Amino acid sequence: MAQGLSKRFGETEALVGVDFEIQRGKVLGLLGPNGAGKTTAVRILCTLLEPDAGRALIDGIDVIAEPRRARARIGLTGQFAAVEERLTGFENLQHVGRLFHLRTSEARRRARELLERFDLEEVGDRVAKTYSGGMRRRLDIAMSLIGRPSVLFLDEPTTGLDPRSRLGMWDVIEELGRGGTTTLLTTQYLDEADRLADEIVVIDHGKAIARGTADDLKRRVGGELVEVVLADPADAGRVIDLLEHRALARGQAVPGTSVVTIPVEDLTGIVPAVVRDLDAGGIRVLDVGTRRSTLDDVFFALTGRPAEDGQSAGDSEDGPGSEAAQLAASHQAQLEARS
Amino acid sequence: MTAIESPTRPAVRQETPSGLVWSIRDCWTEASRHLRALPRNPEVLAFSTIQPVMFVLLFAYVFGGSINVPGYDDYNQFLIPGIFAQTVLFGSTFAAVGLAEDLSKGIADRLRSLPMFEPAVLIGRTFADLIRNLITFVVMLAVAFAIGFRFEGTLGEALAATLLLLAFAYAFTWVNALLGVSVGSVEAANSASFTWIFPLTFVSSAFVDPSSMPSWLEPIARNNPFTIATNAVRALYNGRAAGSDLWLALAWAVGITLVFAFLASRKFTSSTR
Repeated sequence: MAQGLSKRFGETEALVGVDFEIQRGKVLGLLGPNGAGKTTAVRILCTLLEPDAGRALIDGIDVIAEPRRARARIGLTGQFAAVEERLTGFENLQHVGRLFHLRTSEARRRARELLERFDLEEVGDRVAKTYSGGMRRRLDIAMSLIGRPSVLFLDEPTTGLDPRSRLGMWDVIEELGRGGTTTLLTTQYLDEADRLADEIVVIDHGKAIARGTADDLKRRVGGELVEVVLADPADAGRVIDLLEHRALARGQAVPGTSVVTIPVEDLTGIVPAVVRDLDAGGIRVLDVGTRRSTLDDVFFALTGRPAEDGQSAGDSEDGPGSEAAQLAASHQAQLEARS
Repeated sequence: MTAIESPTRPAVRQETPSGLVWSIRDCWTEASRHLRALPRNPEVLAFSTIQPVMFVLLFAYVFGGSINVPGYDDYNQFLIPGIFAQTVLFGSTFAAVGLAEDLSKGIADRLRSLPMFEPAVLIGRTFADLIRNLITFVVMLAVAFAIGFRFEGTLGEALAATLLLLAFAYAFTWVNALLGVSVGSVEAANSASFTWIFPLTFVSSAFVDPSSMPSWLEPIARNNPFTIATNAVRALYNGRAAGSDLWLALAWAVGITLVFAFLASRKFTSSTR
């Protein structure tokens, strides 16, 4: 769908030869920090911006050569809820429907249908100014669906929403995904891409640096982790040695704590095995547990930087820039060295 | 969140999106977005009307007694057409703010991603502003009549004067439209539009005879298109010969409209931002 997209703004290279394709009926997540070039990519695909190089096709239509035809196939929900505050929800939908050149009756029918579908029936006759942030976003998405687009673009749909509205929005997007709406979702939230996207393209500084399913990406940095909490931090080195035969890569002590993490292939039976090993080695432990690596770990491994600040996580138990991330980074480096 | 729709079936669209009929319908659809909102925000309409009414009253009663203009016994007959002209020009600044708002809120992006006639966003907006200006004008006219203003010429002349006023304001709506799509924010649009509209309307014949101004300012005031339009409008309301002012003012209105409509549309539809 997008081939070799490049765009430069003055000195800044916003996009450097980015390729991706969305399977019909799937959700593709473009994941990256602020300023990575996600919005630029969306703007090009939505005919709002001409790329310096590369091409983009929607349903086989070249968006640069035939923007008007491409526009009939897309729905855009930008970073801000683009609703006309002075009109009611119904009028907003009808207005976009008419500009989509639907028949008047069809525009009204679609407007009602979408109000119902997005739980806005009751407020459909109130002016949008009175809507909550979450309601505006839902109306915004409804507006971009009025023409039954082949591709829906959701540019950071949950940025700026409170946690509850964010969860509500996830439900909406998941429902769209289940309904088979082909979607391009951009997000700077790893958990969001993890939950909503069938496939993820990680973008950083205008380049696609990784792609695959969330699981693929997690596997790239080691999949599963065992965490051992020691009674005495001084034992860390011995523990890493003791467990090396079970690990995918050397374990690592988390600086400033008494925690050691070890990346492993498979979690089955790992905890008792680790406990036996440690017991045999005479190590006193407080706790042994496991967890899956998160996309935070992946991002850290790929870019050498933690995913942008604390906004991103929220539900990652370890918090951003977790120990596992550093571990994963070293593991990734080893993998690269081997290949 | 109930019905699941078929992802492949496109919505029933009416034939091709090109064609003059569609373009005009798009303009009307966009105009109706603003016109529908007009009665819902009576405070906006009220404030855009109260200000000119205040101007009429302030100038008529505060300065009216002390300002003498040659050729007019009653200052009001001179002043009020000037205030009409200034007010409709102030009314043209709404376009700058409104478009800047559409752009900053992402509404412009949404509209531009639709298979519509893009300049309709601007044409619809300027048309709606014209209607709003007409409403403001009617209220102001009523107040002017209440304090003694009269059409001294024929009703035809008064009508011509009114149409010229609105046409002139419409032209400047496009100047403001260009401003609105060029500046980054609503605040900037607001102050930018008033930065040039104040000197334009005050360094003119709207309130005083330019011959009372310093010699360096007088030629500027005399050749100001706003002066030309004001003179034409004033002559027509007072049943006097407008002479070349009428055609010059019309030429300015048409010229400004064409040039700025082109520039604003090109700026709005460009794919470089």
